[in-house]
Amino acid sequence: MSGAFHPARGPGDRLTGLFWRRPGVLLALLIAPPLIWLGVVYLGSLVALLWQSFWSIDEFSGLIVPEFTLKTYAELLRPANFDVIVRTVTMASVVTAASVVLAFPIAYYAARYARGRMKAVFYLGVMLPLWSSYLVKVYAWKLILAREGIVTWAAEGIGAGNVLNAVLSLPVIGGNSLSTSYIGTFIVFVYVWLPFMILPMQASLERVPNAMLEASSDLGATSWQTFVHVILPLALPGIIAGTIFTFSLTLGDYIIPQIVGSSRLFIGQAVYMLQGTAGNLPLAAAFAVIPIVVMLAYLVFARRIGAFDAL
Amino acid sequence: MNTMKLMASTALVLLTGLGPTFAQMTALGTPEGQVDIVAWPGYIERGETDKAYDWVTKFEAASGCKVNVKTANTSDEMVALMNEGGFDLVTASGDASLRLVAGKRIQPINTDLIPSWSKVDDRLKDAPWHTVGGVHYGVPYQWGPNVLMYNTEVFKDGPPKSWSVVFEETTLPDGKSNKGRVQAYDGPIHIADAAQYLMAHKPELDITNPYELNEDQYAAALDLLRAQRELVGRYWHDAMIQVDDFKNEGVVASGSWPFQVNLLKSEGQPVASTIPEEGATGWADTLMLHSEAPHPTCAYLFMEHSLNSNLQSDLSVWFGSNPVVPAACTDGSGMQTKEGCTANGFDDFDRIRFWTTPVASCPAGNCVPYYRWVSDYIGVIGGR
Repeated sequence: MSGAFHPARGPGDRLTGLFWRRPGVLLALLIAPPLIWLGVVYLGSLVALLWQSFWSIDEFSGLIVPEFTLKTYAELLRPANFDVIVRTVTMASVVTAASVVLAFPIAYYAARYARGRMKAVFYLGVMLPLWSSYLVKVYAWKLILAREGIVTWAAEGIGAGNVLNAVLSLPVIGGNSLSTSYIGTFIVFVYVWLPFMILPMQASLERVPNAMLEASSDLGATSWQTFVHVILPLALPGIIAGTIFTFSLTLGDYIIPQIVGSSRLFIGQAVYMLQGTAGNLPLAAAFAVIPIVVMLAYLVFARRIGAFDAL
Repeated sequence: MNTMKLMASTALVLLTGLGPTFAQMTALGTPEGQVDIVAWPGYIERGETDKAYDWVTKFEAASGCKVNVKTANTSDEMVALMNEGGFDLVTASGDASLRLVAGKRIQPINTDLIPSWSKVDDRLKDAPWHTVGGVHYGVPYQWGPNVLMYNTEVFKDGPPKSWSVVFEETTLPDGKSNKGRVQAYDGPIHIADAAQYLMAHKPELDITNPYELNEDQYAAALDLLRAQRELVGRYWHDAMIQVDDFKNEGVVASGSWPFQVNLLKSEGQPVASTIPEEGATGWADTLMLHSEAPHPTCAYLFMEHSLNSNLQSDLSVWFGSNPVVPAACTDGSGMQTKEGCTANGFDDFDRIRFWTTPVASCPAGNCVPYYRWVSDYIGVIGGR
């Protein structure tokens, strides 16, 4: 009779009992898969990469020598390789700066003024480019910027052809046409990554309390002072989050500079070229470490200026 | 088809030596019902991309072997897939082929089992990229030159006679400089094109093979390429991007493949191609049989089919390449014609130096190996 009150315990029951008696077991079970993912797939591959960058390639036979050496890193300092690094970091910085300047007014308007239907239009406008294929967008830009493309055509149509030519004749950033110059690469980078700047910026601007802005003006601050001393510091985490996106995405991209630009290599392209066919994995790995180091340095810098204080 | 053809450094070849021969098949068995092929994109068509281009359906019906294709985009991918195993055939390029032989992934073929072997172009029967020590490690599949493509409206008086139009600053027939209006391939293998140009124009360098360069010859080639950098707005990497640059970017001359030339012509663009007096570089692919092929009989049947069907003829039209069976140009087995073969460079075989991977231990002694070609070409494109 007692069985009616205490039914036989099934395996599920026993498991529950185990978890109840030893909460650590449940915790371990739940946390193990993500930890393994993070540890093995993420960190493991990173470590493997880092490891290879300390190997070197034998000058004579072209074989990889799996012994610890800093020779490969020294090779990064050779002018041709160092150029690639400087070029990529400069491009990433300029693209990021331009994105901040362009995105701020848009994000500010969207966060503080857009209401109802306008807000929906804004979200759609920012997100829509993200939904279409990245490659299609880049190819489209190649056509827009081409020597015989719509920009040149329009510039000539309004009599600004010589302005365009003057811009293109600038040393370094100029070129044969917009699509074969750094200017073109820059424009496409900014276009493609801008949503990644606008969205976090807008999120942080939305969280700036109106009361503070009113308090600021009650206390006699000009709108510029309010901007510099209230809005900017409060929005900084969002801005920094956006710059992390645009900066790191530009550092790693290898498709845009191949389609639009002067063929001068960026880090991603150098990695692509050095692995595989060339069989120079150590140098490819050393190149791949650069964006990691640059990003770490940037995060330390961002922390120093207090970007994460408001989090 | 590009990077694809560039090959990884093959020190392996030198280390392992080109190995001893394996036992080859002596007789065909019963077809196993399927054959698995690793191929370049566009190499094995069954009429799914374009109905007119089909060289698989009939084979499947006649032999009872279903054809499964795994496409690969680079020679490295091909080598990796063959190393994994499970495949029967591969359409290997000149650089991958010797690596595969050295890695013992490929078995010698018995040409007696391929009745159409006799129809293979004599110029290719014993080609060094598939014949090692007199043993054949495959059936030639298709080849093509890297031609000089030019704009016929700019070059009104006939094709440019020399590669100098893309290597040195000159005034083109339309009275304007070539600066910013020419292109070059962005793979390091392009250094060989520069070396080939120097063979003709700087005989004192004594270059005998553009893939085997000593330090001085190599430095001279790099200098030539540095001057070329001043002329080139953008290097081409992707065939479709080059096509676009000829249409929208004002490019009028560049090293190219018949594929792009045919594509632009089909769109009514004013382009043509030529092989200038210095000759040209090119590529040649071979159908090779895996040493542990699971379906050897079907594989042999396909090798025979590749030589004795519409494949050679139609593939050469489709791809802008050349058949390895000379008769395929004229026998009406497919859509190819004598004129088409001539346009694809069929008659210029002797003037073409086929891509091979530069290695340090060349016959002459110390040559500059491929990995240095890569790092230095990065510098050249970067303006160093």
